[in-house]
Amino acid sequence: MILLRLFWEFFKIGMFSVGGGMAALPFLYDMADRTSWFTYDQIADMLAVSESTPGPIGINMATYTGFTTAGVWGSVVATLGVITPGIVIVLLIVAVLEKFRNNRYVEAAFYGLRPASTGLIAAAGIMVVEIALLNMDAGELWDLFDFKAIALATVLLVLTRWIKPTKKLHPIVFIAASAVVGVLIF
Amino acid sequence: MRELLEIFIAAFRVGIMTFGGGYAMLPILQREVVDSKKWVTEAEVLDYYAIGQCLPGIIMVNTMIFIGQKRKGTAGGIVAALGTVFPALVIITVIAALLNNFADSEIVKKAFAGIRVCVCVLIFNAVVKLWKSSVIDKKSFLIFLLVAVLSLFTDITPVIFVLASAVLGIILHSMGVKRQ
Repeated sequence: MILLRLFWEFFKIGMFSVGGGMAALPFLYDMADRTSWFTYDQIADMLAVSESTPGPIGINMATYTGFTTAGVWGSVVATLGVITPGIVIVLLIVAVLEKFRNNRYVEAAFYGLRPASTGLIAAAGIMVVEIALLNMDAGELWDLFDFKAIALATVLLVLTRWIKPTKKLHPIVFIAASAVVGVLIF
Repeated sequence: MRELLEIFIAAFRVGIMTFGGGYAMLPILQREVVDSKKWVTEAEVLDYYAIGQCLPGIIMVNTMIFIGQKRKGTAGGIVAALGTVFPALVIITVIAALLNNFADSEIVKKAFAGIRVCVCVLIFNAVVKLWKSSVIDKKSFLIFLLVAVLSLFTDITPVIFVLASAVLGIILHSMGVKRQ
């Protein structure tokens, strides 16, 4: 019955965490309090692993907890649990949207939504810049900049935007190359 | 059946190539489903992304469900969700089983410091692309600026921004209609 409980607990996380991976954190702490599945320390470990592997953070957390609690089937069931509410709700929304797609109010709403969406993504990008290119806990202004990282970013920017033969390459090529360069220079 | 398999593979590719959080998925998603497959447009990605943000669940999985649904209905949506999470499911299970200290390893830390730098640049490029299909006049630029600044400097949940900007869009639009 542990599998059923895993599904239900992660279903609730998928149901109630709205607005990004970190929104799941309070629910995980609550789960740690109520079950003996993992401790606060393990949540911190899970976060570290999530940041260093592909995939959305919410999925990684579900898989990791599922596995440590109930093996391979645990990870499958917990992951399915966390995505099920999204599947059901998105499909319902699509059905509604299709009816009103050409309604002028819906069109006007999207006119406002699109720049807002771009704004949210830009803000998230700036937060990544803070983590990747700056040392926010630096004492002096000079130490604020991580010059190796900024040099790498400049090279990547030029290669992805202005150099014709490299511009067309798949983003994963740059990600892989940056991982190698990271190991060499940091 | 072939189309469903195609959706699964596309979603799988997006899932396995996304390192460093949900936003890192955007450049890969643009490449895979907008540029190569042409299943959706940049504007549609923004719509799905905005709505996906207000719905329960994981934003990028929700976005992929919209795309899969558009391609092949309900089954397409479900397959897209499964494809997106499948790589993470396998990789995390292996890591949990074999590599207890994976995230503590020096090499992994350094590699990910490099990947994060790359993710900054890729997100910047993604924003430039999305900009073209969303910031089309002064009013939409104002919405972009307002949301970007507020989301950087306050703890307001994205859900509020999305709902407010939809309402603002409707208000600005009806004002424009009156003026004409």
